[in-house]
Amino acid sequence: MINLLAFNIPFISIFVLMITAFITPLLPLKKRLPEKFSCCVIGFTAILSLYLLYSLTNSGQSLTFNFPMGHFPAPWGNELRAGPLEAVLSFFFCAAMFLSLTGNFSSTAEDISPARRQIFCVLVNLLTASLLALTYTNDLFTAYVFIEINTIAACAIVVVKEGASTVRAALRYLIMSLVGSGLVMIAICLLYDLTGHLLMQNMHGAIKVLMITKEYTMPLTVSLALITVGLGIKSALYPFASWLPDAHGTSTNASSAILSGLVLKGHIFALIKIYYRVFGLDVIHFLRMDTVIFILGIIAMIMGSIHALKQSNIKRMIAWSSVAQVGYIFLGIGLNTAAGIAAACLHIIVHACVKPMLFTAAGGLSTAAGHKKNLHALMGTFYINRWAGLGLIAGACSMMGIPAFAGFASKLSLTLASFDNPFIVWALAALAASSVLNALYYVPAVIVILTKNKDAVLETHEQPTLLYKISMFVFLALNFYLGLFCMPLLRLITRGVNVL
Amino acid sequence: MNKELKLIWKKFFNWVLGNGPRPENEVIPVEPPPDLPFSQRPNDKYSRFHEATLKERYNQWLEIHGLHIFSILYSALSILTCVVIVCLLLATVAELPPFGHERNPANNEVIRRYVEHGGHETGAQNIVAGLILDYRAFDTFGESSVLFTAACSVLMMLGKSRRNRIKTHQPKLKIPAHNLNDEPILRGIASFSIPAILMLGCVVVINGHLTPGGGFSGGAILSTALILAANAYGSQRVHQFFNERTFVILSSTALMIYALSKGYSFFTGANLFHSIIPKGTVGNILSAGLILPLNICVGLIVAGTLYTFYSLFNKGDL
Amino acid sequence: MLSKLFLNHYEAVAVILFGIGMTNLLLQRNLIKKIIGLNIMDTAVYLFLAAKGYVAGREAPILIEDGAGGWLTSSALYVNPVPAGLVLTGIVVSVSVTAFSLSLALKLYENYGTLNIDEALLKMTEEQVELETRIEQAEEDVLGD
Repeated sequence: MINLLAFNIPFISIFVLMITAFITPLLPLKKRLPEKFSCCVIGFTAILSLYLLYSLTNSGQSLTFNFPMGHFPAPWGNELRAGPLEAVLSFFFCAAMFLSLTGNFSSTAEDISPARRQIFCVLVNLLTASLLALTYTNDLFTAYVFIEINTIAACAIVVVKEGASTVRAALRYLIMSLVGSGLVMIAICLLYDLTGHLLMQNMHGAIKVLMITKEYTMPLTVSLALITVGLGIKSALYPFASWLPDAHGTSTNASSAILSGLVLKGHIFALIKIYYRVFGLDVIHFLRMDTVIFILGIIAMIMGSIHALKQSNIKRMIAWSSVAQVGYIFLGIGLNTAAGIAAACLHIIVHACVKPMLFTAAGGLSTAAGHKKNLHALMGTFYINRWAGLGLIAGACSMMGIPAFAGFASKLSLTLASFDNPFIVWALAALAASSVLNALYYVPAVIVILTKNKDAVLETHEQPTLLYKISMFVFLALNFYLGLFCMPLLRLITRGVNVL
Repeated sequence: MNKELKLIWKKFFNWVLGNGPRPENEVIPVEPPPDLPFSQRPNDKYSRFHEATLKERYNQWLEIHGLHIFSILYSALSILTCVVIVCLLLATVAELPPFGHERNPANNEVIRRYVEHGGHETGAQNIVAGLILDYRAFDTFGESSVLFTAACSVLMMLGKSRRNRIKTHQPKLKIPAHNLNDEPILRGIASFSIPAILMLGCVVVINGHLTPGGGFSGGAILSTALILAANAYGSQRVHQFFNERTFVILSSTALMIYALSKGYSFFTGANLFHSIIPKGTVGNILSAGLILPLNICVGLIVAGTLYTFYSLFNKGDL
Repeated sequence: MLSKLFLNHYEAVAVILFGIGMTNLLLQRNLIKKIIGLNIMDTAVYLFLAAKGYVAGREAPILIEDGAGGWLTSSALYVNPVPAGLVLTGIVVSVSVTAFSLSLALKLYENYGTLNIDEALLKMTEEQVELETRIEQAEEDVLGD
């Protein structure tokens, strides 16, 4: 049995973030108070999640607990649910959010006016709260409501940076997301009609009965497909990812880091929860959805990298690389085993740490090059902002899957997980091809920033701030931790998946 | 025969390719004036008509007709998509449980408890109000936050910064410049209908736990009163007591109260503490525990937000 | 199948509307029409939910007095209250999303003078080309000096 504080952490962390979001508009703008306050609160929730993880692993036999929201037990009231997997993910989400904000603290001030920054903080707090709610929720309709908060806040943080291109990018993002929400909504209605519940475990029970009696197979398949497509659009699964490079490439660095590293992951984890806790792996396999996800994942891995090869703007390149990385996660889900889903969750964590680091590094480098984002304009910037250069190199190594970097761990676990699958050849070939393609566009970027530029005299020698250096250091430390010591984490995730 | 075929083939070939690349010094001959004798006609160095290649002709044709054909294809494709989606969903609907049947899976023990015990468990006569503000209150809290998120985003997009933006393609939003004193009919109707609308809104909000309605519908009614006032007496008069600052303070405070009171009830519920909030007698105005204050909070938020939307879209100002 | 569709005619109409709305949202090129499509889609979902909550011969879920100071609480009297709650949530979400997308559309019109995203893309690429040539010229000037 865990103690009272740990038991209340899922609820406390969501509510603290929400209340911070409501207080922030009332704070004075002086000394960037709203931003500092939100950063502190997000860091505080990260510590809370770590404490929850600690007490869950030391609690003995029962690894999970349900937190009823109100005085009414499960099928009548809303419920949150926490286990090791949820705790790990919420810790990494909060930590990556905190680091993306602190790392881009100065570039946010350059891009956005003070009044807008205040609202940016409100939106970031709401976004974090909705990510945590998506992670902890045990109720499908609550998930829908928080998906909507997530959507609006995500589109709004694209558009905090003023300018024509951000508006266009945000509109494309919003429209695709709205199509996704509509599909998820009607799928939830169909599922409610078939099962009579909105709570995940009760729906699972009802669906099991339906599978035994062979009733309503067609509506179940359709609703599963609709949910997959809906959340696939929101998490930028390849054929539906056309909105991503614009949205992630044009917004301010902090927004790009948050969107790429975290917002996509929240939706993917919601999808994993729905697969695992509402349908169950047998039903997914019976309805053939695992094969579809597997193939889409492979296509995304290849096509995302091919698109990234064509880009000359560094932020757009990193954005397209996210599409490829989302493909890895979907490949793991498509393996349809506990090991596959654990590998997918590990890759979620790895990508949530590495991609914000890459965006922060790219932001630092382009500031060093005088706010140019073209790849050839970044020549020699490593020598101006070494921390950003190191971040880009480490991120690139991680994306290529070089041992000792974070990406290696998740790719290894994906490979190991795919050994039980009949399509192992395809999975391995795709992993290899995608790694080579990743190298094809990350290595030139690294070479460019390392080449000394003798001709051009760079007049701006803006030194990175201390906060930037510290954030980058923590990012790098997280990266090496995930690369070198990921086995305990993977074991924890596997335990979490088994009790999911 | 063979020669003729070759000739035809060559003609065809020339037609496809045109007759070679356009020479640099080509002059398109002007029709000579008829009165000029042959000897005095200008003798161009290199003169012929350039014949367009198939590709050029295709491009020309595409320039004229391409957009039209594209739009036809596009609408055909959209209709096809629509038909596919509708057919898929219709096939699904045909297999769903029958309409209005009392033994459908949705009419299970969950509903039975909501109806049979909802009265004394939540204290609300309106079962839906009890459901959304007590049983499933977390959803409703999230829903109010959605409204707050959208209000913040719209305020950010259209709020203060509009004044010092770069004016590129200014849309011609015509703000009527007439004197508001010249509208006796509007003012006359507004003067007695605004109090009535406000009363109706308040009744709907306060009776949310007894009759259909509640914070959201009542708030929408209240906001129409504000909008009518802005139209009849000028938005300046409304802005004297309701501006951006008031809106932010109002909605933040209302949401804070909402979050704290609901947080208290979630906390006590989950930890099996005793909640001090009385449920009251079903059917009284002062009953149903937290539902009445929550409805008032939600009503204020919704009224403020909807008026803000109106004001921002209409004048770009609040 | 057709007879079953007639039995579920409210749901059938709802999904037809849903399909129309979604196609409009995806494939209309005018933003205002897209937003109208979004609203059609959401309304279709509410119709679907309302139809799902109905049970033949029952009353709206507001307790009725039994005439002796108490309330009639038999579950055979009232329709399903859950879809009503879901519809309420859906309406608020739809209002918020509509307002936000309209504000974005207004901004797009201010910036590009068009409500069509593809046209805006064309204009943006032209602007980008101009910007890039200007930057290149500036760089050449710097190098020339």
